[in-house]
Amino acid sequence: MGLIDAYRLRVRRQYLLLRAFRRRRQLQTVTDHLAACPPQPILLFSTLRNERVRLPYFLQYYRKLGVDHFLLVDNGSDDGSREYLAAQPDVSLWTTRAGYKQSRFGMDWLMHLLRRHGHDRWCLTVDVDEFLVYPFCETRPLRALTDWLESGEVRAFSSMMLDMYPKGEMHVQPYREGQNPFEIAQYFDSGNYVISRNARYRNLWIQGGPRARVFFADTPRKAPAMNKTPLVKWHRSYAYVSSTHMMLPRGLNLTYETAAGEKPSGCLLHAKFLDTFAVKAEEELARGQHYAESHEYRAYRQGVAQERDLWCKWSEKYINWRQLETLGLMSKGNWA
Amino acid sequence: MTVGIVMLCHTALDRAGQVARHWAERGCPVVIHLDRRVPEAERRWLTTALADLSDVRFSDRVACEWGTFSLVQAAILATTRMLQDFPAVRHVYLASGSCLPVRPVAELQAHLAAHPDTDFIESVTTADVGWTIGGLNKERFTLRFPFSWKRQRRFFDAYVRLQRWVGFSRRIPQGLVPHLGSQWWCLTRATLEAILHHPDHARHDRYFRRVWIPDESYFQTLVRLVATRIESRSLTLSKFDFQGRPHVFYDDHLHLLRRTDAFVARKIWPRADRLYRTYLADAPDPAPVLELNPGKIDRLFAKALERRIKGRPGLYMQSRLPLKSRGGTQSAAPYGVLEGFGPLFPELESWLGRVAEARVHGHLFAPNRAEFAGGEAVYKGGLSDSASLRDYNPRSFLTNLIWNTRGELQCFQFGPEDAQHITEFLVADPKASIFIISGAFAVPLWRSGLPAAEVRAEAARLQKIEADFIALLQTPEAKARTRIWSLADFVENPAEVLHQIVDDLNPRAPHRMTELPRMVDLAGFGAFLQDLRNQGMQPVLMGDFPASFGVTEHEPDAKYGTRAR
Repeated sequence: MGLIDAYRLRVRRQYLLLRAFRRRRQLQTVTDHLAACPPQPILLFSTLRNERVRLPYFLQYYRKLGVDHFLLVDNGSDDGSREYLAAQPDVSLWTTRAGYKQSRFGMDWLMHLLRRHGHDRWCLTVDVDEFLVYPFCETRPLRALTDWLESGEVRAFSSMMLDMYPKGEMHVQPYREGQNPFEIAQYFDSGNYVISRNARYRNLWIQGGPRARVFFADTPRKAPAMNKTPLVKWHRSYAYVSSTHMMLPRGLNLTYETAAGEKPSGCLLHAKFLDTFAVKAEEELARGQHYAESHEYRAYRQGVAQERDLWCKWSEKYINWRQLETLGLMSKGNWA
Repeated sequence: MTVGIVMLCHTALDRAGQVARHWAERGCPVVIHLDRRVPEAERRWLTTALADLSDVRFSDRVACEWGTFSLVQAAILATTRMLQDFPAVRHVYLASGSCLPVRPVAELQAHLAAHPDTDFIESVTTADVGWTIGGLNKERFTLRFPFSWKRQRRFFDAYVRLQRWVGFSRRIPQGLVPHLGSQWWCLTRATLEAILHHPDHARHDRYFRRVWIPDESYFQTLVRLVATRIESRSLTLSKFDFQGRPHVFYDDHLHLLRRTDAFVARKIWPRADRLYRTYLADAPDPAPVLELNPGKIDRLFAKALERRIKGRPGLYMQSRLPLKSRGGTQSAAPYGVLEGFGPLFPELESWLGRVAEARVHGHLFAPNRAEFAGGEAVYKGGLSDSASLRDYNPRSFLTNLIWNTRGELQCFQFGPEDAQHITEFLVADPKASIFIISGAFAVPLWRSGLPAAEVRAEAARLQKIEADFIALLQTPEAKARTRIWSLADFVENPAEVLHQIVDDLNPRAPHRMTELPRMVDLAGFGAFLQDLRNQGMQPVLMGDFPASFGVTEHEPDAKYGTRAR
């Protein structure tokens, strides 16, 4: 079992790498500023489509954390995202009109870029609506974290997704360009996450939060996965298997402690539930380019159509990372 | 008469250069040992950067590897150079490139001037140290370590095991008593010269070449041979985590560093601009002088260690999922599970909530929804009352509830009509107190007024489920605290049982219960059980319930009241 299984996973990983390699031609370079990177840069990888209004704050947030360079794939935006990004000095941009779904929801493109440019560097793979929070993120830049992880020979840093939502209906407080989305989406669910272990890939499978509570109460199995491993000291032989939920080689998925202690971890604040969401849900449903026949978006549309408020009286208002640590959503581990 | 600084550097040379300049400009000669593996360009950059300082010298270089004698060699080379080049040096302070003086240099100079003959070096006999990694104390001195701990761990461990098995042991040279301690020391010229020019110097070096991590034992052991006055503490603040790697100080540690009684701190993150700016400034740190409190720093790192080793019991999250044997079946706080009380006491929840100062839920595992206290649809932490969400992962549901409500005692009702998947976890959870009145599930069937013939199948089904649960509680794996009464035993003296569960659940609750909950009248229940028997079922869990119970005594409530006193 052990050897055969390990071999199968190896084949799977090689298949994913090959896929990514074959789809490299779908990407056209728009701008390439990688030469201007400082030595040992921290890189951020992302795929996006029509996210113009979100981009300024996204770039600002990660620049402040200490990301040195952004490697972005624009999947056929027509709202000016591409032009905006092309003008940024620390963004290298690729564009493609190929299908999002056919490229494993953008992962094939990103994996090609990771393999080409991310080898032996710390790479952060996030969506445009995901904002990384890690222990001491207010006082210590990302580089402090990666240096510290590296000194302990840790290759991957787990950051669970935390869905943030506003109080009241989503369209009431419109999002302005450049605004911190968490001024609007201030709330989150603090203690309804369910965990199981995936024996094959050894990763944790975490589901829960407001989406499970409101949209998937009757079909919990289908609720979206919240576990993510966005920050990795990349190696050209690594592969993301399903979004950034799990990786191969599977040793990278062991970001949790199975003895009594806690390993360090962070959270990805997910700014999905803003006024832009309803439009997005319609659009994505029409494109049918999302995961598992878009059943997630279908559920959202129902939820949104009924104008369901994700907020409840037990919703927690976001303050800072220490609050998330106290609530047990993330951990400092032995970083002090 | 002054103090000379020996710096062992291998990375972040810009910072090392800044610190060297700081020392030298304040009258402390500096000798820098650069790891041989430092690229030539970087070496040249550093020597140029410090060229204007006449009191900064560079020693001969060796390639340094962690855990090997090369680090001792580097210290010896640089120290020899220091003693030769600067005859005025009375004390030599060994520091690294990532050390930062955290108190004014003049204070260190004054301190050393006041103790001209004292050697400051942590030096502890191997029997007394508790902090070594890998469990190797004494064996560092008696085994051989040809494999790198960092790069060839498997071979390293296997070879240690082999030597233990064979019973191999190196002979410790005569006169040496192995001591261990922090590798950052401050020794007097006299002591250093005595060590370096000891008649057995060559023999000592030969021996220590094969000792593991000799930088923590070479000077620490030899100083005991030659020194007259040893103060066994390091003047350098240096904390190690459980893997033996040094903790790093960042900008946000500034307020802590102000409390230390050490003169130098390590290791400093090279990009901690604020720390370097504050401590390398010409003017002294403008912050008000606080009372020294080194214990604060110790506590911080001790807490970090505990978080990494022990974690928060009962918390299951993305980076903590203990196996069964490591506390994986434990909740965060004690809680109570009540089976069979609900059918007898309609007002159980409000009563128990009052007397035990607890939050009492209904049937959390009821088939249609989780009955949270107060009938809420969503509970603390965003837990939904949806049965399908709960049954998707009942274990997470329960541990989440207990974690979310820590600080408040939780109780809930349970019964054979509930979803039973959680029982395995309940039984194994040492935080659970499970109280069962077995057989009480039949009371609602009786009260439904339906004839025994119709409820017989249901009664048999519930009895089977409850019997299975009780059997599970009696397996050796059971960790929960359990009390079981049969219904017959319970009605003998209900007040005593109620007292007991309140005591068990909350020992600090006010002891005198002024009120007891109203119990349903069981007159006629005995006859119902007889009916069930007549229909072919065997009601066993109720115990020997008297068929005439409550029929002869016409006031069951009054009887219960008198017994309660």
